[in-house]
Amino acid sequence: MSQRVGIEVSIALAEAVKMANADVIAAYPITPQTHIVEHLAELVADGELDAEYIPVESEHSAMSACMGSSAAGARTFTATAGQGLELMHEALFVASAMRLPVVMSVVNRALSAPISVWGDHSDVMACRDTGWIQIFTENGQEVVDNTLCAFRIAEDNSVLLPIMVHLDGFHLSHVIEPILMPEQRYVDAFLPLNKYPLPLDPAKPVAMGDFAPPSIYTEMKWAQEKNLQKSKDTILKVWEEFNGIFGRQYKPVESYRCDDAKILLLTMGSYSETAMTTIDKMRNKGYKENVGLLRLRLWRPFPHDELREAIKNADVLIVLDRALSFGGLNGPVCMEIKAALYNEAIRPKVVSFVGGLGGRDITVADFEEIITRGIDIARNGSEQEFEMFGVRE
Amino acid sequence: MGKSENELTWKELEVGGIVTEPGNASQYKTGDWRSQRPTYDFNKCLKCGICQIYCPEGCVNQNNQGYFEADLYYCKGCGICSRECPTFVITMKEEE
Repeated sequence: MSQRVGIEVSIALAEAVKMANADVIAAYPITPQTHIVEHLAELVADGELDAEYIPVESEHSAMSACMGSSAAGARTFTATAGQGLELMHEALFVASAMRLPVVMSVVNRALSAPISVWGDHSDVMACRDTGWIQIFTENGQEVVDNTLCAFRIAEDNSVLLPIMVHLDGFHLSHVIEPILMPEQRYVDAFLPLNKYPLPLDPAKPVAMGDFAPPSIYTEMKWAQEKNLQKSKDTILKVWEEFNGIFGRQYKPVESYRCDDAKILLLTMGSYSETAMTTIDKMRNKGYKENVGLLRLRLWRPFPHDELREAIKNADVLIVLDRALSFGGLNGPVCMEIKAALYNEAIRPKVVSFVGGLGGRDITVADFEEIITRGIDIARNGSEQEFEMFGVRE
Repeated sequence: MGKSENELTWKELEVGGIVTEPGNASQYKTGDWRSQRPTYDFNKCLKCGICQIYCPEGCVNQNNQGYFEADLYYCKGCGICSRECPTFVITMKEEE
């Protein structure tokens, strides 16, 4: 039911959007997202995808156009990266609060200055609190699968929230990988038509994005928060259904060789694949501690319960952030994890590393160094709240 | 007419706070923004209607004697009518 093809991940992503039969694509090209939107523009121009392609003048306009089309009930897609995501920033909050199920690929790119087109998670972390569902992917297959799942989750009438599907710039977006491309008829069975409950319709007028005085704003925000929390149930259900049809299971927190592991490393995105190789290598050579890897797939809503379950037997948890929270205690992911664990009676020592900034590689050997250094910090302490991995002193 | 925005609980809101009842902005009482209210000496009034034309809220109407008067449910107390009135009919007084 699927064919394995060698394909650039960005092109495979665009083909997934075509298979999802998106109605409207409004996007502004920015490295390293360009191949996605260029390919979609070609598919529309060649008549292979019956959609409206809106070449807007900025990312702020892209998100604004997406909100309009989503409000009209159209299946809506956009993609961006780095500075482009930040230019959208204001509109991101509006899309989630208005409950518009836009799907956006974010090809993670480091923020300026200094200017960098390469990948890290500084763009994501600056958009943490925008109210979007956020899913991380590690390889091309996960990008295709989760792009399809994203439409299904976003448009589910119990959710109705926009979703960012994150993929690392260049390390993932520009590589050619073997990917099982699903057959159209299975995608059609998995992904029903978008049925927005109260679309813009001249026959039945509604007002969206209204003014709210202090007497109602709190209720609106609590409804939004409760909805985002509850969306996890649907995310889990959709991933289950996807597994039923396509045979690949996704989880909010994924464990790799963790059953007997007292030492856990936690990563997000494509570097998790390298980290898995490190875990294999350390276990195969009989490293004195049992090491395992946690990969955080669902960033928002944050999977507190799954995380607590995943770390319950661990002594040490080493977190690698690919972004700084300037002036903060640790990297942003590590701070979130510490907050989730603080009130637990039994919890591991948590060690924070920041690294892989602006596209710098973290190799298999580097991850081994992070793990051994992390164990040392957990047992003997460090003068710093977190360490910047690989920085030249 | 549904519940006012002061009574709705978070569970009763439409998805995304969508308003499905056209024109319900007229229920919103902008009059409680007011710190000064217009008072009238109709003996000086020419019924020219300049106060109605200038009112940015559009809340000035003619009463049954033909005098122009602000609807205090909406009047925000900006005082523009008082400033523009050519015969000084309108005096702004502090709300207690």
